[in-house]
Parts: sequence; C-alpha cells; structure tokens
Amino acid sequence: MKILVCITHVPDTTSKINFTDNNTRFNTAGVQFIIGPYDDYSLARAIEIKEATPGATVTVLNVGPADTEPTIRKALSVGADDAVRINAEPTDSFFVAKQIAEHAKSIGYDLILMGRESIDYNSGVVHGIVGELLGWPSVSPVMKLDIEGTKAKLAREIEGGKEFLEVNLPFVAGCQEPIAEWKIPNMRGIMSARTKPLKVVEPVSVDSGVKLQQFELPPPKGAVKMIAADNVAELVTLLKNEAKVL
Amino acid sequence: MSTTVETNKAIKGGEFLIRETKAQEIFIPEEFNEEQRMIMQQCKDFLAKEVWPRLDEIDSMKDPKLMPSILDKAGELGLLGTSVPAELGGFGMDFNTTMLVAEVIGAGHSVAVALSAHTGIGTLPILYYGNEEQKKKYIPKLATGEWKAAYCLTEPDSGSDANSGKTKAMPTADGKHYILNGQKMWITNGGFADIYVVFAKIENDKNLSAFIVEKSFGGITMNEEEKKMGIKGSSTRQIFFNDCKVPAENMLSERENGFKIAVNILNIGRIKLGIAALGGSKQTISIATRYANERKQFGTSIATFGAIKHKIADMVTKVFASESAHYRAGQNIDDAYNAFVAGGMDSAKARLKSLEEFAIECAILKVHGSEVLDFVVDEGVQIYGGMGFSAEGPMDRAYRDARINRIFEGTNEINRLLTIDMLLKRAMKGQLDLMTPAMAVQKELLAIPDFGASEEEGIFVKEKKALNNLKKAGLMVSGAAVQKFMMKLSEEQEILMNLADMLIEGYIAESVILRVEKLIALRGEKACGIEKEMAMIYLHYAVNKGAAAGREAINAFAQGDEQRLMLMGLKRFTKIDPYNLKDARRKVANHVIEKGEYPF
Ligand SMILES: Cc1cc2nc3c(=O)[nH]c(=O)nc-3n(C[C@H](O)[C@H](O)[C@H](O)COP(=O)(O)OP(=O)(O)OC[C@H]3O[C@@H](n4cnc5c(N)ncnc54)[C@H](O)[C@@H]3O)c2cc1C
Repeated sequence: MKILVCITHVPDTTSKINFTDNNTRFNTAGVQFIIGPYDDYSLARAIEIKEATPGATVTVLNVGPADTEPTIRKALSVGADDAVRINAEPTDSFFVAKQIAEHAKSIGYDLILMGRESIDYNSGVVHGIVGELLGWPSVSPVMKLDIEGTKAKLAREIEGGKEFLEVNLPFVAGCQEPIAEWKIPNMRGIMSARTKPLKVVEPVSVDSGVKLQQFELPPPKGAVKMIAADNVAELVTLLKNEAKVL
Repeated sequence: MSTTVETNKAIKGGEFLIRETKAQEIFIPEEFNEEQRMIMQQCKDFLAKEVWPRLDEIDSMKDPKLMPSILDKAGELGLLGTSVPAELGGFGMDFNTTMLVAEVIGAGHSVAVALSAHTGIGTLPILYYGNEEQKKKYIPKLATGEWKAAYCLTEPDSGSDANSGKTKAMPTADGKHYILNGQKMWITNGGFADIYVVFAKIENDKNLSAFIVEKSFGGITMNEEEKKMGIKGSSTRQIFFNDCKVPAENMLSERENGFKIAVNILNIGRIKLGIAALGGSKQTISIATRYANERKQFGTSIATFGAIKHKIADMVTKVFASESAHYRAGQNIDDAYNAFVAGGMDSAKARLKSLEEFAIECAILKVHGSEVLDFVVDEGVQIYGGMGFSAEGPMDRAYRDARINRIFEGTNEINRLLTIDMLLKRAMKGQLDLMTPAMAVQKELLAIPDFGASEEEGIFVKEKKALNNLKKAGLMVSGAAVQKFMMKLSEEQEILMNLADMLIEGYIAESVILRVEKLIALRGEKACGIEKEMAMIYLHYAVNKGAAAGREAINAFAQGDEQRLMLMGLKRFTKIDPYNLKDARRKVANHVIEKGEYPF
C-alpha cells in the first residue's frame, strides 16, 4: 500500500501576522514554521497504518519553495519513507491541488491523506479538488480511518454528531484529530531524516484564474476605558456620546 | 598594552582568565544546525505532551509508577541514550547536543531531575569507568530506560565531605563477593531504580570504591519518600544496605578509585545542571512575560511599567549571558574530546579527560546557572504579585523547584571554592601560567595609567578593554591574596568566595560579548540590536559585581599603602564608560514583551 501525505508549511500558531509589499505578501521575518497541525495528525495516522501493514510506504509531499525543506525533513523524522517537494509557491488551492493530482497520477497511490485545512489560509478545499481531479472519492473532516482490505471505514464529523462511511480505495481524506495520536519523532528518526530521499519536482503549469490582490488585518482592538462600578451616569454618558450606541 | 598572552593554540581549561579569546573561536547557540533544532523541538514536544499537563499529578506522588512510565516514554524517544555510543544502544551525540537536550528538558521540573539523574550520575559511571562486560551488560538497558539508575554517594554524615562515607564493602572469604553495609541518603530515583551505583569503602581503605548494585541482589531496603520543599515528584529516598551481596566483578574501575569517579561524574553533572537551570529559566520568563502582558492594573498591562520591564530585561539578559558561556564551554569540551580521540585515546577516556580539562568552567557554570534560575524565579513570583504567592499558580512550583539546584551536585559554596582551588593547583603544577600575567598586572599598577584613547576599531573595543581590565582586577586581587596567605588561603573562605565571584563574572561577561560579536559578524549589526544591549547590560553588571567583590577582598587582607594602591588599581581596572542602562533594558524588555516569550 502506497500512502501519500500532503503537508503544509505554516507559521507557528503563536506567530504575529503582518504583511509587506503593500499588503500583498505575508512577512515571514522572525516567524517559525511548522507542519500544519491537521497535516500532522494525518501523517501520524499514515505512519500507524504503515506500521500495521507489511510493505506499506508513506511519501510526504509539499508544494513549496526550498525553504520548506526543514519542515519536510521533520515529516521524514516522524517516519515517512521519502518525500517530494514540488518546487513552486503554493499560490492558491486549485494550483496546489493540481500539482498534487499530477504527481499522484505519475506514481499511483492507494490513499492520499492531508489535513482538513491549512492553518494559514484555511481554504479547506484542496482534498476535494484533488479527489475531483483524480476521479476519486474525497471525504473531510475525517476523524477515524481504518483500512479493511480494499475498503476503508471512516468516521466524519458533521454538525452535532458523526457520520460513518465506507469508502473504496483509492480515496482522498482531509483529516483532523483524534484520527491518531500526535507523534513526536524519536532520535533515530531525527538522525535518519537527512538520509531519506527528498525529490524536487518542477511544477506543471496551471492557470487557476485566481490572483491575490491584497490582505487586510482586522483593526486593532481599541483601548478599554475603566469606569467605577457605581458610576452608572458616567457609563450612560459615554455610551451615548463616545460609543454612540445609545 | 595587553597583559593577556597570545592566542592560537589549543584552548586549555581555566585559560580564559589569561587569554584573549576571539569571537570566531567560540560556538554560539545560533549556530545549532537543523538536526539539533529538531532535537530541541522533540524535547519541547515531549514536555508539552507528557509532562506539563501532569505536573500536579507528578508532584502528588500518588502513583509511584507514573515517573518511571514517563522515563519509559523518554526512552522510546531516545532521550535517555544521547551520551551513549551507538554500539551500546545509544546515539553517541557530541557533548553540546547532549547539553541542548539537558537544557530543554530542564523545564520539566521533577521529570528533569529524574531524567538527568538517570542519564547522568546514574549511567555515566558505568559508561565511563565500566569494563567491557559491565558496559555490555548494563548500558544498553539504561540507554533505553528498561533499567533505571540511581547514584548513591551521600550519607547522613557525609554530604559535601563525600569521601568520609561509612558504608562498608567487605570481601567474602572466597573473594567472589563484597558484602555491602551502610546507609545512603537523598538518593534521587531511589524509589524505582533497578541499578544503583554505590560508593563504599572496602575494609579499612581511606578512599571510596564504586560498585554496580542491582536491586535484585537483595539486602536493600528503603525509607519512605522524603518530604521536600520542591521537585516533589522526584523520588528521593534513604537507602539501607544490609548484607547486600555484590559480585566482585561489579566493582567499577579499581579499588579506592571511587572518590575520583564520584568527583569526575559530578563534574559532568555540573555543567549539565547549569544548562538545565537555564532551560527552566527560559520557561519561567515566557510564563511571566505572558502574565505581564495580560495582567492589567491602573488601566494598562503591567508590562508597560518600567519597573516590570527592568525585571524582564535582567531576567532575559542573565539567561542569555549564561547560555553563551555554557555552549562555549560545551564546544571547548567537544574540541578537546576530538583532539584526544584523534591522538589515539579511547572514547570513554577522552570524554572524561575533556571534561576534566574544563572542570573549572563546569564549576563556574553550575554556580552561575543555578543562581540565574533563582533570580529568574524570584522575579517571576514578583511579576505575578499575589498570584505569584498562590500555591495554585505556576510560579509557586517554579520557585520551589529551582532551589535544589544550589544544593546538589556540590553546593554552590563547594563549587565556588573549587574554582579557585583548581585554578591555583593548575598554576602550581605549571599547567597554567598565572604568574606572568599577575606580575604584569602588578607592574601596570605602579605605572602611569594609560589614558590614551584606543586606536583599535571594531565592535566592542572599549567593552573588551573593560573586560580585560576586569580579568586584571581578578588577577591582581588573587595574586595579592595568594602572596599574603600562601598555603593558608584555603582558610580564608570569605575571600575565596569574592575571588570566585570575580572569576565567574569575568567568564560570563566575556562569553556574552564574544557571542554577540560573532552574531554580528554572521547577521550584521542591524539585526543584533537587542543582543548588543544585553551584552552591555551584562558587562556593566559584571564589572560592578567584580568591583564590589574585589573591594571586599582587598579590605579583608590589605592595609595602609598596599590597601590604597590596590583599591586605586581596582578602581582603574573596573572603570567603565557610562551607558544608559535604563534605555538598554527598555529595548530588551520591549522586544521580549512583544514576542510574549523568551525570544532568543
Ligand atoms: C533532593 C536531593 C536530591 C539528591 N540526590 C542525590 C543523589 O542522587 N545521590 C547522592 O549521592 N546525593 C544526592 N543528594 C545529596 C546532595 O548532593 C547533598 O545534599 C549535597 O552534596 C550537600 O551535602 P549535605 O546535604 O550533607 O550538606 P552539608 O555538606 O552538611 O552542607 C551544609 C552547608 O555547609 C556548607 N559546607 C559544607 N562543607 C563546606 C566547606 N568545606 N566549606 C564551606 N562550606 C561548606 C554547604 O555549602 C552547605 O551550605 C541529593 C540531595 C537532595 C536534597
């Protein structure tokens, strides 16, 4: 069984977000990057399946420029066998999905896992588009995934409950916790990450018809004015004259 | 006019005092590679997943299996085998990488203590002094954590005076066993260890011998867990050996070599303890900074107050400076190890030799790291105000857990004494030429002071001069004290403490200046504004502390003209250009506050 896990290279959840170049580029200065947390869960599940399935392999894939390689090696350290980096800026979801699909066609996987969404731009549609491009079923957000021969049993989160599905392989899943226990790489994994194959592939050209115009940050929260608890008159005046909500 | 000797030879331990080290010669933490950063993250993830969510449970000691099970998890991740060579089931990492692991795990409270006792004082005596059979039998299982280890040196009547222990090992008539009898105290991991490294005297020997004792040998009983001020989740027991029968082949090294083993193993533990304390400090700074950002008084977050900024800046600066010295020494140790191995020495011996070479630095770092941690947790409590005093807030545990570090692995008093003692011994043995520079300083004292502006250009020119002068001040006061008391100097502990403080501050200040200089060379001056301010803050702190210690020492032993001359010399050697430290601290603090955590 050949499993492909697609990972994003995203800012650490505590990063301060700001933009440069007239609000068209995310400012990466001083930002620490991590594997997308949802991708991390899908990777952990893939490794569990690999460990339980003789002969199974896990390939990780990232669409990104060379500076994402430390993140890719992190995925290798967790236990993936090899990696592919498609050498392009991941400009939009269709572009990324198309790259993944083209690569998948060239190799032939039994299963493609990724996070339900990236935590930077949160589009949450790449798995769906990849499924469509390959003509495979795609399911998201998957919180439980068990392979049974040529089928898989999935549990999906839906509004107010769960949905249980059976899907034929191959398929695409957008994953989230608690699909697997989050995995910390062991020392052996870390030390072997550098020696595992990491193939760089040039992208296929795609015209996705989408072009980024600009980002906008939410306005900063205004200062808080403290009013003594017994001074209702002052509060009313302020609500009327300053906040103008009364 | 420089009294420091020339550079460009293999660096020796203690030599920093009389040698002008160049920035490019030292290793700085910013140079850690991707793999080392992955390891750092791995250790953080381990704490975040297995330790931090269960600190109360761990400290409650309700489940005696919890701590060993956490060590098992650390073992699965490979964290217990970092110092162990691959052929014995470990990862054979260089010393500085094992320091990095110790640093990050240092934020793990009781788990940090249990883990470091197992991998350090528990495992290393066997790894470095064991014969092939002993190593093959014990090390692989210790490296995975299948067996847990403890180190039994201290006794009720034998603490700092470790060689005075009363535990006896009597050979059996057939010579095949030793029968151990005695009582050990304060034994970390005692409650669950499978293997004890026990120090005892054979018959009426003067010196200790060391033994590998398996719990299964029998004749081992223990008291209940000690009730402690801090690190409450770390098992600490009194252990009794009652006719415990140990096979003769379980003696480590040679008869009466135990004290040496104990001392050398503690020496490694010292630098590791120092760096672990800095890991704890960083975590405390991050927590305290977040609180300062959130807590509002007088309508604004307390992080906007100058008094709080002052604290945050000092906490961060001391950690940054101390860290610079730790990894600098770590690299020195690695370099010395590589040189010994290249010269044909076997690996275990080379490890020991390289650490012994830098024993002065190790003692300095133990003292400094543990005192920085105490400073940081104290200010952490203060930033938290009343919540800092609450037993339910995070500062309570940080404050209590920090305290042990000034006590174990040799108390800070013992380590301060050791730094000067070792330095003087090396000078007496001719290993370190302190005399020439000390004489030069005396001559300089009588010469007309050099008022000319420095011709040199570059970064930190004046600061390096101040640093050099601080070292000269140390040489001047130590030289005079040695001349005054000769062999009786060891009875003047108060003065020795002053001398140690001068030495410590000189080493740390030099390390932070060299680190920032190297960083500027790597990243450019513009990118290192905050680091530069920290170097300035620390240098001023060090020079002032050095001046105060020097004055106290001089006033304790010199009189009349000699006293006047030396006080004048001290003043000259601890003169430092004025600098606006308030602004410097604000810059540093603002950066930390903006990042919301220890950011370097
Ligand atoms: C939680 C904990 C865990 C420990 N774990 C271990 C362990 O795993 N294995 C182990 O073997 N030991 C362990 N120890 C013991 C520890 O190493 C000793 O407590 C320490 O060495 C000090 O010895 P002591 O307690 O007897 O103090 P003492 O030696 O009685 O010292 C008391 C005071 O006198 C000072 N003093 C002593 N001698 C001198 C001197 N010559 N000059 C100036 N001042 C001096 C000391 O600095 C100290 O301030 C542990 C201790 C604790 C509290």
